[in-house]
Amino acid sequence: MTDIATTARNLLDAGLGRLASADDLESFEVIQRDVLGKKSALAALNTHLRDLTPEQRREAGEAIKATRDTLTEESARIRALLVERHRREQLAAERMDLSELAAAPAGPPLAWSGRGAGHSHLVTSTRDELEDTFVAMGFTVAEGPEAETDWYNFEALNMPPDHPARGMWDTLYLRLGQPGQVLLRTHTSPVQVHLMESGMLPIYAVMPGRCYRRDTPDARHLPVFHQIEGLVVDRGITFGDLAGVIEAFTGAFFGPGMHSRLRPSFFPFTEPSAEFEVTCPICAGGGCRTCSNSGWIELGGCGMVDPNVFRAVGIDPEEYSGFAFGFGIDRLAQVRASLSDMRALLDNDVRFLSQF
Amino acid sequence: MRAPLSWLRDYAPLDATVERLTEVLSELGLVVDGVERLGEGLADVVVARILDIRPHPDADRIRLVDVDPGDGGPLQIVCGAWNFQVGDLVPLAPVGAVLPGDFTISKRKMRGQVSHGMLCSARELGLPEPPDATDGLLILTPDLAPAGTPLTEALGIEPDVVFDLDVTPNRPDALCMAGVARDLAAALGEEWHWPDAPPLPPVVDTVGAAPVTVEAGDLCPRFTGTLITSVPSGPSPAWMARRLALAGMRPISVVVDTSNYVMLDVGQPNHAYDRRHLGGGGILVRRGREGEKLETLDGEQRDLGSGDCVICDADGSPVGVGGIMGGASSEISSATTDVLLECAWFEPSAIAATGKRLGLSSEARTRFERGVDPNVALRAVERFCSLLAAVPDGEAVRRGPTSDVCDSSLPAAPRLALRTRRVNQILGVDLDVATLESLLRPLGFQTDTGPEGLTVKVPTWRLEVTREIDLIEEVARMWGYHRIPRTVPAGSARRTGGLTAPQKQRRRIRQMLTGTGLDEAWTTTFLGPGDLERAGLDPAAVEVENPLDRSESLLRTSLLPGLLKALRFNVDRQLEDLALFEIGRVFAPPAGDSILPAESEQLAVVLLPPPGGAPTAAVTSAVRTWQWLAEALRISGSSLEAATVAGLHPGRAARITAGPVVLGEVGEIDPAVVDAYGLSGRVGWLRLGMGQLLDAPRRPGQAADVSRYPAADVDLAFVLADEVPAASLLRAVGAAGGELLEDLTLFDVYRGERLGEGRRSLAVRARFRAMDRTLSDTELQAARASLIDAASGVGAELRA
Repeated sequence: MTDIATTARNLLDAGLGRLASADDLESFEVIQRDVLGKKSALAALNTHLRDLTPEQRREAGEAIKATRDTLTEESARIRALLVERHRREQLAAERMDLSELAAAPAGPPLAWSGRGAGHSHLVTSTRDELEDTFVAMGFTVAEGPEAETDWYNFEALNMPPDHPARGMWDTLYLRLGQPGQVLLRTHTSPVQVHLMESGMLPIYAVMPGRCYRRDTPDARHLPVFHQIEGLVVDRGITFGDLAGVIEAFTGAFFGPGMHSRLRPSFFPFTEPSAEFEVTCPICAGGGCRTCSNSGWIELGGCGMVDPNVFRAVGIDPEEYSGFAFGFGIDRLAQVRASLSDMRALLDNDVRFLSQF
Repeated sequence: MRAPLSWLRDYAPLDATVERLTEVLSELGLVVDGVERLGEGLADVVVARILDIRPHPDADRIRLVDVDPGDGGPLQIVCGAWNFQVGDLVPLAPVGAVLPGDFTISKRKMRGQVSHGMLCSARELGLPEPPDATDGLLILTPDLAPAGTPLTEALGIEPDVVFDLDVTPNRPDALCMAGVARDLAAALGEEWHWPDAPPLPPVVDTVGAAPVTVEAGDLCPRFTGTLITSVPSGPSPAWMARRLALAGMRPISVVVDTSNYVMLDVGQPNHAYDRRHLGGGGILVRRGREGEKLETLDGEQRDLGSGDCVICDADGSPVGVGGIMGGASSEISSATTDVLLECAWFEPSAIAATGKRLGLSSEARTRFERGVDPNVALRAVERFCSLLAAVPDGEAVRRGPTSDVCDSSLPAAPRLALRTRRVNQILGVDLDVATLESLLRPLGFQTDTGPEGLTVKVPTWRLEVTREIDLIEEVARMWGYHRIPRTVPAGSARRTGGLTAPQKQRRRIRQMLTGTGLDEAWTTTFLGPGDLERAGLDPAAVEVENPLDRSESLLRTSLLPGLLKALRFNVDRQLEDLALFEIGRVFAPPAGDSILPAESEQLAVVLLPPPGGAPTAAVTSAVRTWQWLAEALRISGSSLEAATVAGLHPGRAARITAGPVVLGEVGEIDPAVVDAYGLSGRVGWLRLGMGQLLDAPRRPGQAADVSRYPAADVDLAFVLADEVPAASLLRAVGAAGGELLEDLTLFDVYRGERLGEGRRSLAVRARFRAMDRTLSDTELQAARASLIDAASGVGAELRA
């Protein structure tokens, strides 16, 4: 073994000892420079290599490299420890007794000045307005889980497995239960099923909430969005009642002079089914870009609860009838606020939030 | 579904205005997504020949063009297009022409040069762009027509209207012209009839019947096979190609086009096999075998299985996926002379399953899985043969007798009872039996008097009508939704609406927070891998099976990562001074036997004061926000206890409790987490469980009398170790104050050398007051002493 190799070994032991002795980041930086820096004894060894035979040079070179590698690794480890210790010390030094703050007389919540009033999110304030309108019409407001089983989202709504109408909704499934059993609700309709299953009849309720679809976000669609549905189940409910409630809502929510109309459509859980359109709130029916000059905008779907849905939840369709309707809260907010791109709703840019 | 009006008119006059027809279609539930008016605004456009092209003396991007508009010319036009040469034929809109979109061409000067009209691109004329088109003018085929010929005449454009219909899944009958026309005719009170067809080629016995064997009658309840010989090749006649193009299908060759035409016309998907490539010259319909493969017409290899209906040649080799797509091996080519025409009916659910498994969509699948008229097959065969024989070189077409194999599972038209009372009950109308009949019959429903109304025989093209309620929908549709009187539910007058306690609490919180300067945020429910770890939280979360993107593959277990991202979004846009809150659901992995995530609604607040302020502003504000809310919600008896909370600064975090219940946490985000989210500065945090909050004890709703006597304040400064929370001192002192203690606040905190390391002074003000008297000095002294005594119990000594 060459002298250089031996020296390298010795430097390793000494270096490890010195690194371990560092007790704060400052002293560590000094020690690290001493042990591994350009002017360190280890660096100086390299200058002696050229005096050796090729074989000796290889052996010595390897020994130097091994020493350097070990020391570098060790110094990184110790540095991380010291950084973490330093961090913890700093956090400890910053320790505060928050109960002192709580016991003091409460000042204005934000301890810094210059802020005006805050703002409700466009979607929640739209939801509030919708809820208030329906509450005034005698409805209660019901809510339900966002993660559902296939039964509540599809099967109980007259869509058995492999029903082609399931293709109307691109569904996000969760890795829970059997494959395809647990999903994120694609509409708020499962809340209808929960309500009807509870057996508390009659029902006059609206159900707002967050829904999910496997849609690529674009200017008019978000994969995470909000819907509100209404459900009425009672004796003697007619399609005329449905049309009347939609019309009453339209006038109450959008204002006088605003009307609604129903067009035949299809949903697996209602029959007869309809799409409902309302007077365009931008042009009040005169025709504009928002409504493609038709004077109407399509708001949502509705219809008489399908007898199969009643049977699935144990309600006798000969005794009770009912209707349901639903539409997108975000979409409605988009139309009313003339919002060009719905994705702005999720950015939470305060310049956007503070407009509402 | 694109329906050209000229094609629909094969079945009924339909001579109402386009606006009226559009309205009627919508009222029938055949939603009109768009109306295209072809050839409109082209009346004045003529073919012109380019005579000369010269530079514009005063402009680089436009040129002067001399054209022959039919009178020999030259007529000078200023033109900005560059894709033409002298001698080309192009469309010219002369002065006075009105182009699509009410665009009137006038004589105008462009940089001093007069332009006597406009040379047009395809788009300006509302025509489809030719496939190899470059930007610029529509260049017409050389020698298409002499200059001056009207463009519509040169291109054979007949004015037409195409309705782009959105046909709902319950209306497979409206996926063909016959069906759309039937609805329209019924609504307009017009007679609907099958169109006159060209003469049928005779059935020739020498051609022979197609050998057809069906082994899988459950999957394919009806199969008709017809041999047709001497079929023409080459392109289809112009009228057919035009109709197909208008309906959105590309014309290919006469046999393929006729097949598509028949499907669009009468709704029967069908397939023509080149007979030369059918082993054994016939067809075997059987279940697929595991491991079996077939190359479909789109060039893809498809794996077949035992649930699939497979069309094979008579030798048993697959030649098609039944009802979805034919195979490549027997595809029609220009060399095809004899074909075997398949017009069959497949079990809808089997088609849906096979189509879904193979990920294979086709016009045939769409129709079969929704339901095709099981009785239209023979009409389709006849349409096919007569159309083929009518083309110029189709005189030699001959057909053999049709082999028609039916299984007992082929659906038959049901008879349904329709109760008049039920119709009126569901719809809220007052219709009599005769009206019901008059509404249903034009659609093909046969009606007889029934016990409580009608017995209705459903036509085979409306087999999705299986229940009374389906008939009621038809009645409503034909009566007109707009004619049903609008009413209010009779029971609704007795109803009172309202919000539930949690809903009211949510509103109150949002009002209080926005009222004090916080903005409400809405962040996505999804997180990406690493988001939770970066926030110092447990990475366990419910996974999404089929996320659109990995960054949306987990359900949030906390509102923290989403709100930190929202802060970052704003900071990246130089927006500072941020105070956001969100109320939303979080999802913990299921507990116990449940397969559903444990959902809970939470409130979270993040506060990022502008840089340069006090380093404790964020955490102080977070605590004050809690106090603000607690006061607004009238929560009593809550306290803060220092705690270690994942994601929070270890020295600046406290749990908010009310009795044994943890309501949430308040504090400052761990600076390492702030850093990991690319933020700088201190971030205040408040989280509350909405459910827990609702259950927290409230100040009683009972009024307590207030005393009319003066109060006496006792100020005391206690010195105690940093480890003892102020809450302990206040609790002890408060308890000792007894009934006379009206209020207790901490009004000063002092640290200094004189107190020694690790100790501070807390100055409290105790306000005493009695209901029935002014307190005496003796009483106050006693009270003071008991406070001091109680404080010593938690290690606090009166400051000297």
